[in-house]
Amino acid sequence: MISPPFLYALLLLAFPLAAILLFSFWTQDFMTVDTTFTLDNYREIATQPIYGTLLQRSLYVSACVTLVTVLLAFPVAYYVSFHVRPERKSLWLFLITIPFWTSYLIRVFLWKVILGFNGVINTGLINIGLIEEPLTFILYNVNAVIITLAHAFAPFAILPIFVALEKIDRSLLEAAQDLGENRVMTFFRVTLPLAMPGVVAAVLIVFIPTIGDYVTPELMGGAGGKLIANMIQTQFLALNNAPLGAALAIVAMLCVSAIALVFVLLNRRWLRGRS
Amino acid sequence: MSLRFYAIAYLIFLYAPIALLPIFAFNDATIIAFPLSGFTTNWFSELWTNTALHTAVGNSVFIAMMTAILSTLLGICAARAGAMANFPMKAGIMGFIMLPLVLPEIIVAVSLLVVVVQIFDLGLSNWTIIAAHVLICTPFSIAILNGAFQNLDPSMEEAAMDLGETRFGAFRSVTLPLVMPGIISSMLIAFTISLDEFIIAFFLSGVSPTMPVYIWGLLRFPASLPVVMALGTILVALSILLLTIAEILRRRGLARAGVADKGGFL
Repeated sequence: MISPPFLYALLLLAFPLAAILLFSFWTQDFMTVDTTFTLDNYREIATQPIYGTLLQRSLYVSACVTLVTVLLAFPVAYYVSFHVRPERKSLWLFLITIPFWTSYLIRVFLWKVILGFNGVINTGLINIGLIEEPLTFILYNVNAVIITLAHAFAPFAILPIFVALEKIDRSLLEAAQDLGENRVMTFFRVTLPLAMPGVVAAVLIVFIPTIGDYVTPELMGGAGGKLIANMIQTQFLALNNAPLGAALAIVAMLCVSAIALVFVLLNRRWLRGRS
Repeated sequence: MSLRFYAIAYLIFLYAPIALLPIFAFNDATIIAFPLSGFTTNWFSELWTNTALHTAVGNSVFIAMMTAILSTLLGICAARAGAMANFPMKAGIMGFIMLPLVLPEIIVAVSLLVVVVQIFDLGLSNWTIIAAHVLICTPFSIAILNGAFQNLDPSMEEAAMDLGETRFGAFRSVTLPLVMPGIISSMLIAFTISLDEFIIAFFLSGVSPTMPVYIWGLLRFPASLPVVMALGTILVALSILLLTIAEILRRRGLARAGVADKGGFL
């Protein structure tokens, strides 16, 4: 029974991934691809500062988005798991996930309407007299990209944390309090360590995909907010240099995977150190 | 109590952009900004006369329907195998099938583009998008169908076979009715994801764009933005409707299988 989906994933995921890896060692020669093995693409990525800058900025944006989403999401997941009546929980989760499934492009565009020069925030703040000039640091730069991505990935962070919190045996919390811990210390010494697997899953599920988004930086980033995914897209579609694009995609994936791996290992060591 | 306020504020943050959609869709001005000027339904009537849009919607609906059917079929295979049989390397294989869930979509897009165009020298069409969408929707289908298959008692199917049903007959008359709500729910979710997907479709669409690719083109022209708002309003209403049906069916499926609802699609 497992073979059809497995074969499908093999054919359309493993094989293309292998192909793109192979491609990254070839070069584009005008209209044809030169198939002699070379490290030229990687050499170009290492020597041209533009790629390093974009990659660094991408990793910075992904890290900020992950931090913001997970920090903002944790209290919501905690609230739904610990304070909402069991029969209302799926309604809350449903409400949280709905915006995630709808018109991604239009949602990103609407953030422009909210953050823009004549946007909701600026007109609102001017009307109540808090500011006199429209704020300009919230559109067409990295901040705008971070805000928009943090909004887009919010439900992705809440669900794994919620699942981990649901699994916590509630009697452990009572035991901690019976043994004299106050509520804050119970949270930090019992709830949080037990919820860590969910937090780690949330971090991975936000950090890794955000590196591949080119819609938000294109619409919200302006000139200084472009990311590595924009460059990959340009290499493939505008400059017709698939091998260099492939090498960029591989480098971006390797960086993200390496950081994710280090994070998982550090977290494992931290949890072991506590027990 | 303050946690409750925070959670409600968070929901408002989640819904803020979507709430703006209908406001601007009915606003009588070509500029998408405050203050509002007046009420109009012109932008909606413009949608009816735009034939390029109709072609794009047609493409997207076809792609989404095929994706829904195929990814649910694959999801049924995987969820059934995951729930019933033990086989070597089970965790590894299942993990590999679920991988597109965390893989950046641009990686899926460029790797398929390289294979289709550069290696096999085939043209791009709706079918290349369907192939990619099935890949990314299957993990979601599996996640939903797992709930339906997990607590299914294998002895029921065995009993049907002992009573003379063939293997397929037992599946059709015993298992299928129990998991039907899950199947429809999975198809609706896959349909919604595929209909809305842009990053992959932008790389893999041929001469005739899908609806998100067409919308992306419109976003560059300020004059067409109110029409995009009108279209967006319809899309959001439609996907909320589909998701609500999916959620109701998912819950009904769990109830039929006698499982307590743990909530959520994932």
